[in-house]
Amino acid sequence: MSTEPLLRIDALGIDLPLDGELRTVVHRVDLGIPEGAAVALVGESGSGKSLTARSVLGLLPPGARVHGEVLFAGESVPRMRPERLRAFRATDVAMVFQDPRAHINPARGIGDFLIEGLTTARGVPAAEASRKVTAILREVGIPDAERRMRQRPHELSGGLLQRVMIAAALAAEPRLLLADEPTTALDVTTQEEVMAIIGEARAARGLALLFITHDLELAAAVCDRVAVMYAGTTVEELPADRLRGRASHPYTRALLASRPSVSDIGAQLRSIPGRPLSGFEVPGGCAFGDRCPRARDLCRTDRPEPASVEDGTAACHFPHPLTLEETGRHA
Amino acid sequence: MTTAPLSGTTTGTGRTKAKRTRPRDRLTLGAGCVVGLFVLLAVLGPLLAPHDPNAVDPMNVYAGPSATHLLGTDDTGRDLLSRLIAGTRASLAAPAVVVAVSTVLGTLLALTAAWSGGWVDRLVSGALDIVFGFPGLILAVLVAAVFGAGLTAPIVALSIAYLPLITRVVRSAALRERNLPYVSALQLLGAPTARIWTRHLLPNLLPLVLVQATIGFGYALLDVAAISFLGLGSRPPDPEWGLMVSNGAPSILSGQPQQSLYAGLAILIVVVAFNLLGTGLSRRLLGDNA
Amino acid sequence: MLEVRSLRKEFGDFVAVDDVTFSLPEQGSLAIVGESGSGKTTTARMIAGLETPSGGTVAVAGAERGPGRPRPRARRARGRRIQMVFQDPYSSLDRHQRVGDAVAEAVALHQDLPAAGRRARVAELLDLVGLDERQARSLPKALSGGQRQRVAIARALAAQPRVLILDEAIAALDVSIQAQILALLARIRADTGTALLFITHDLGAVRHISDDVLVMRAGRVVEHGPVGSVLDAPEDPYTRRLIDSIPKPGWKPRRRGEKAA
Repeated sequence: MSTEPLLRIDALGIDLPLDGELRTVVHRVDLGIPEGAAVALVGESGSGKSLTARSVLGLLPPGARVHGEVLFAGESVPRMRPERLRAFRATDVAMVFQDPRAHINPARGIGDFLIEGLTTARGVPAAEASRKVTAILREVGIPDAERRMRQRPHELSGGLLQRVMIAAALAAEPRLLLADEPTTALDVTTQEEVMAIIGEARAARGLALLFITHDLELAAAVCDRVAVMYAGTTVEELPADRLRGRASHPYTRALLASRPSVSDIGAQLRSIPGRPLSGFEVPGGCAFGDRCPRARDLCRTDRPEPASVEDGTAACHFPHPLTLEETGRHA
Repeated sequence: MTTAPLSGTTTGTGRTKAKRTRPRDRLTLGAGCVVGLFVLLAVLGPLLAPHDPNAVDPMNVYAGPSATHLLGTDDTGRDLLSRLIAGTRASLAAPAVVVAVSTVLGTLLALTAAWSGGWVDRLVSGALDIVFGFPGLILAVLVAAVFGAGLTAPIVALSIAYLPLITRVVRSAALRERNLPYVSALQLLGAPTARIWTRHLLPNLLPLVLVQATIGFGYALLDVAAISFLGLGSRPPDPEWGLMVSNGAPSILSGQPQQSLYAGLAILIVVVAFNLLGTGLSRRLLGDNA
Repeated sequence: MLEVRSLRKEFGDFVAVDDVTFSLPEQGSLAIVGESGSGKTTTARMIAGLETPSGGTVAVAGAERGPGRPRPRARRARGRRIQMVFQDPYSSLDRHQRVGDAVAEAVALHQDLPAAGRRARVAELLDLVGLDERQARSLPKALSGGQRQRVAIARALAAQPRVLILDEAIAALDVSIQAQILALLARIRADTGTALLFITHDLGAVRHISDDVLVMRAGRVVEHGPVGSVLDAPEDPYTRRLIDSIPKPGWKPRRRGEKAA
């Protein structure tokens, strides 16, 4: 890839103060999102995927220390001044959260919430903002926009409210959309609608997407590339179409095999022993070592660095060979 | 604590908490020590008083602080320090009874209402709303005015007046607790209701009850003192802080504010100490967001 | 083992569950699938006796019960037959009770055992769900979500139930842990003969754990049959829609007409 991607995360590390001392919760994240592309960041609880997303917005908890680089269109987000950071959040990126109810003032109307973002952050005249918001609400599948704008958040279902959040995100005309588990709290049929809406809005605007999720199948279906995180490290980054069957990292494979699928008839569920670790719990060596079927002595002593495997990267001493010719890289 | 968007991660609050806990804890500890000291005074009071608190000395009225009378004497020459110390028991006992009665009754009412739901809950809540409508102090003054001076009437009145305060808070917590799935699990296992109450609900609500009682104590002390100040509570010559404030009031104009001042300070210190202890306990036992 | 006939529940004017009928054989495994508001959890709570049906009957191992508030004694008798594991692993345990004590309490409520026998039974149950001595002495907050759910399962099994209801019991767990719990439940079913009733929205899990599946929508059963035939050849359009909206290889999200919200 020769062109500079819209978002580039380079060896990102995040230390957070826990119980009075700084602990490393994100060890190393590498990620690139070209203009208009969709990349998924997949991981279990404690993997650091949400923190990574927040670092893109410069929204880490107080006292957090960031290593490495987060570059948006070549500009370093961690080094932005507060003023620039505000402008950046108002215009360049937008975020959609898992729980829309927690991010919208319950005492105010939907319309106020949507229009306020445009009038205060972008200085759009109220009448124009209202027109624009109505149009976007229709686009995200809320046809009776005028009525909805007069309603309060509690009068809307979770699915509808999430569409409102997406509309709010789109109204800012960002270049990058961050979606942090936007459908986890929703029913599957609603999930499909919401993901379809995000997909259509992206296609219409050439909008790039960083999609945070725990669901590998969903990630593979809606994104071009997938980055898998475990215990604060991106252990594998690969094209979505290579995920099923041809992933190189044992964790990626194990995660797929442990997920019961509707379509795999008679497939045996393979559970991963142990529990997912948080970044700060990781001992020396490979974070996944204790749970990995392929782990050897080297994995307990040396932390593997990300290395390119075909058209992706994997941080593993003994990745799964991709083809019969390629026997894997034995360090 | 409000859920500020984007900063609500548990890891995020970890540091600020760790940083802030120490000085706050020291304050709570200090408040606890003050409370402990006064409780000790209440128990041992008469033994510790250097003089007979009721001994009149007409030759020695309005004496200034001296080696024999550390805080001086009042308008009849009684030793102020001894009266303050001896008055601790009367001043703390009445609010203690008020808080004990209202807390025990309130907690039981709250649990009954939360557990039964339906009309029982509505009845309890409705009745408490009516009681809550009366300012506690006025209720106590009315009752005392009708039944005459003495502490019994105000204690009964204040116990009733304090009932809604504790019941409301505990009821909503009990309702939350009662709807947690572990209670359903216990019911499914056939655990008798009494067992669920005593082994699970009450112990889990105890920290909250304790905090409420502690904070309530400060208010109750203030109210009892006010009733005595109005001459409807403790009767002279027995020493009691509220009474002392009122006794000393006429002398303030003649430039002798000691009695009212010292008694008032004692009330202030105890009330503030209980309040600090209450909020400190609430932070420790119930977490920052309580 | 479990016979449910024309079960109905009204909340005021709202009919939450309408005419639900099914049976669950000994050692069987049935899943009730539906989205939020389908009435699946209310159905489960009525079967367990935590909710009073407005109509219909529930019979467990022959003992029938109709509408009316269950007395504690009756509930205890039923408890030997039906137990339930809840969705939220954090609030389904008393936060101030050591988890070993929680299991011991359940054992004590069900069997009159001498102290030594009770301890042995607790150890046996904890071992069955894969927890050790050290974990038994922990408070819930020291355990992970998956471990807490294991405790909840051990506590339920203390009553030696004939039917175990799992109300979204794996939904809150990490993907890699879900498979562990599903495997544990399959083993329990095989070893103890406990029939399993899964309440879930997760059709993928249903494929792996159930013999039969019952699809609910807005309080009514829209489809009921063996898992293979319902998932591979659904007859009801809603069931098909449900299956089609699950991400799988080659799947792309599509808008399928606005659902009335």
